[in-house]
Amino acid sequence: MPRDPASAAPPDALRLRGIRKVFGGVTALDAVDFGVGAGEVHCLAGENGSGKSTLIKIVTGVYQPDPGAGIEIFGQTHTQITPTLARKAGIAVIWQDLALFPEMTVAENIAFETLLGNRPRWVSYARLRDTARAALARLDIDLDLEARLGDLPIAQRQIVAIARALVSDARLIFMDEPTASLTQSETDALLAVVRTLSDRGVAVVFVSHRLAEVLEIAARVTVLRDGRLVGVYPTEGMTQSRLSELMTGTSFAQAVTARDAAGPEVLRIENLSRAGEYDDISFTLHAGEVLGLTGLIGAGRTELCHSLFGMTRPDRGRILLNGEGLQLRSNRDAVAQGIAYVSEDRLALGLIQPQSIADNAVLSVLKRISGAGGLLSAQKKEATVSHWLRELAVKIGLPEDPVSTLSGGNQQRVVLAKWLATEPKVLLLDCPTVGVDVGARAGIFRIVRQLADRGLAILLVSDEVPEVFLNADRVLHMAGGRIIHQWDPRQTRLQDMEAAVYA
Amino acid sequence: MTALYRRLTAAFGPEVPGLLGFLALVILVFSLTAPNFLTGANFGSIAFQLPELGLLTLAMLMPIISGGFNLAIIYTANMAGLTLAFVLNQYGGVDAGIMPFLIGTILALLVGAASGAAMGAVIAYIGAHPILVSLAMMIFLRGLGEFLTKGGDISGFPPWMATLGHGTVAGIPVPLILFLACAVLWHILLTHTRHGFSVRMIGSNIRAAAYSGLHTKRTLVLIYTLSGVMCAIAGILMLSRFNSVRVGHGEALLLVTVLACFLGGVDPFGGFGRVLPVVIALIVLQVLSSGLNLMGANQHLSTAVWGLFLVGVMILRWGAGRISDHRRKGR
Repeated sequence: MPRDPASAAPPDALRLRGIRKVFGGVTALDAVDFGVGAGEVHCLAGENGSGKSTLIKIVTGVYQPDPGAGIEIFGQTHTQITPTLARKAGIAVIWQDLALFPEMTVAENIAFETLLGNRPRWVSYARLRDTARAALARLDIDLDLEARLGDLPIAQRQIVAIARALVSDARLIFMDEPTASLTQSETDALLAVVRTLSDRGVAVVFVSHRLAEVLEIAARVTVLRDGRLVGVYPTEGMTQSRLSELMTGTSFAQAVTARDAAGPEVLRIENLSRAGEYDDISFTLHAGEVLGLTGLIGAGRTELCHSLFGMTRPDRGRILLNGEGLQLRSNRDAVAQGIAYVSEDRLALGLIQPQSIADNAVLSVLKRISGAGGLLSAQKKEATVSHWLRELAVKIGLPEDPVSTLSGGNQQRVVLAKWLATEPKVLLLDCPTVGVDVGARAGIFRIVRQLADRGLAILLVSDEVPEVFLNADRVLHMAGGRIIHQWDPRQTRLQDMEAAVYA
Repeated sequence: MTALYRRLTAAFGPEVPGLLGFLALVILVFSLTAPNFLTGANFGSIAFQLPELGLLTLAMLMPIISGGFNLAIIYTANMAGLTLAFVLNQYGGVDAGIMPFLIGTILALLVGAASGAAMGAVIAYIGAHPILVSLAMMIFLRGLGEFLTKGGDISGFPPWMATLGHGTVAGIPVPLILFLACAVLWHILLTHTRHGFSVRMIGSNIRAAAYSGLHTKRTLVLIYTLSGVMCAIAGILMLSRFNSVRVGHGEALLLVTVLACFLGGVDPFGGFGRVLPVVIALIVLQVLSSGLNLMGANQHLSTAVWGLFLVGVMILRWGAGRISDHRRKGR
């Protein structure tokens, strides 16, 4: 395991040795070493369930490691970490949900902790603002201090969370999946802030599974798998495919799967426009084809999908299915015509999280599982559920378990099961791998290819260019609501596509 | 025993065995402490009192499972009762025959349905919150009812109508038969129909339900329409029980119906709830109040005990949840 040469440099921000944590017989972490240099940008990588969050919770004192661990924070040895100690030592975590107060102002959110334990208990708003302004200045960021937090975009809320950590003198900040809901330019801005922090001596641990930015920002990456340390690697010379191999323990064939569409034309879009969303969109989609559609967030991809799914009505243009013009008044019309839509927001729109796996799987085919007198038939329901769960190899406990108990990859398979049960002709996949592990993504794309082989016409929307490059037959580039380019992945280099999209 | 437990929970939900245990406990305690508790007369009176509250609770249940609320149930019920009363008074009052009764009943059910459909349409198509919409309907109906009745009672119904409120068939009170029939209908509707399925899904996440192709707006209108019809049935029963109609009859029952739903394990955030546990919860409440009554306790005290009972059940459920979590982790 490479380690920094012992020089006269300041002590490491954090040094953990032999961290082990067992929950009721399940080993979450086993003999893990983890170190972060002062002012270093370090990445903690691993799939869901690899032990990343357990490690963060140990560092912040939420969990106690099992006896025998070596803990050193900024050169001081500790036998255990409590939440208070972690804060005093300058460790802060910015969770994915940010834990901010949407109803309060930016200044209040950044500086409210300075009020805690104040005597007398008066609030000086002038001092709050001064503290907040100073924290933002350290990040070279200018924000309206009086803005209501809930009105800000996610990216700016994140800045607020970082500034709040600085107010409590954080010298080591963990960021949990900070870029999961950011656009590329927002991500770039965040990475700039992280560099600023690092320049000012604040160490940052980036927890992410977006491999591209991991390699861009971090000096070193610690990889965990199944609760064990795989290794610590310099990012210099590391490739995305090598990193995902380390995270999953398997190697993925990173080969372009594109081929010529053989089937007849199924969907034809002619000059489709909707004011403020997308403009003059035309393309065709054939049976057996996977058509990629990529572009930045805000390019109009999801809005176009919504119109194809009947959720919104285009102002102009035509949608033809098997040569016949469609007038979709609602998504029920679209489903009846054989169009299915896998939403990019699986948590809020794709599945009904508290309800059972079985109920979610039959949600769109209630008529098909009805029997005598219009009553739902338990047999038909069970047959439908077990058929599709088997077909898509969904790993579940019981069909009655809430769908929220499944991993992201398995949840996405349930979404696919729900729509495949409607026997669609056209499948619109809107960012189908959001929140899905690297390993499970390959499984999803294998299913997509199999469905195309069976004659489904598939529109694969993604803001991750490599996904469409590897898995689509043709790729459309959407920007500013228009389709501006079309690629054949077999005759294009990934770098060129990425350069065009992320430009 | 465990096999029976499993079958009960599978068929009727995890709340049923616990509630049956509660019921047995309450009956045991009162049969030891309250005089005349274990008598036919006492259980007879329970069987006559339960249905009003029961029908109103069914009217509250479906909106709550859908993540909504219907504050207008009492006034919808009485407005339907008034409709029937007006028709009967128009066609002879005490001497009215069966035809006016049938016509009046149909009109009463239509009034209930109209009240519900109006609320459902506003909730579904305007997107207003069910509490606000049903609050507006409640206040509107109360004002309208008081205006029409000048704040008084309407009475003078044919004597044979007492059969509906006080009669028995083969020893079983007619109101109880009516209630059980409605409860069975509600059970089938909620567990075995597309409508019931949609109600639960809407209750958990209406946007995801709409994205999946459920007709959520139509379902919402139907939920409140059915709720209004159930109110009307309760209103007709109340008319025949009291032999009079007043806009404010049964006002105190409004929140008791909510209490019964939550005791019966209905999720206050929507998405989950079954008829049978709610029916058992209703029986427990009714037995509690009649037992306390027999012991000579003040009626207000029994209301207080109902409140304590709900808190107690919530604490027990929390404890049971922790135990089962613990077991799951230990595995």
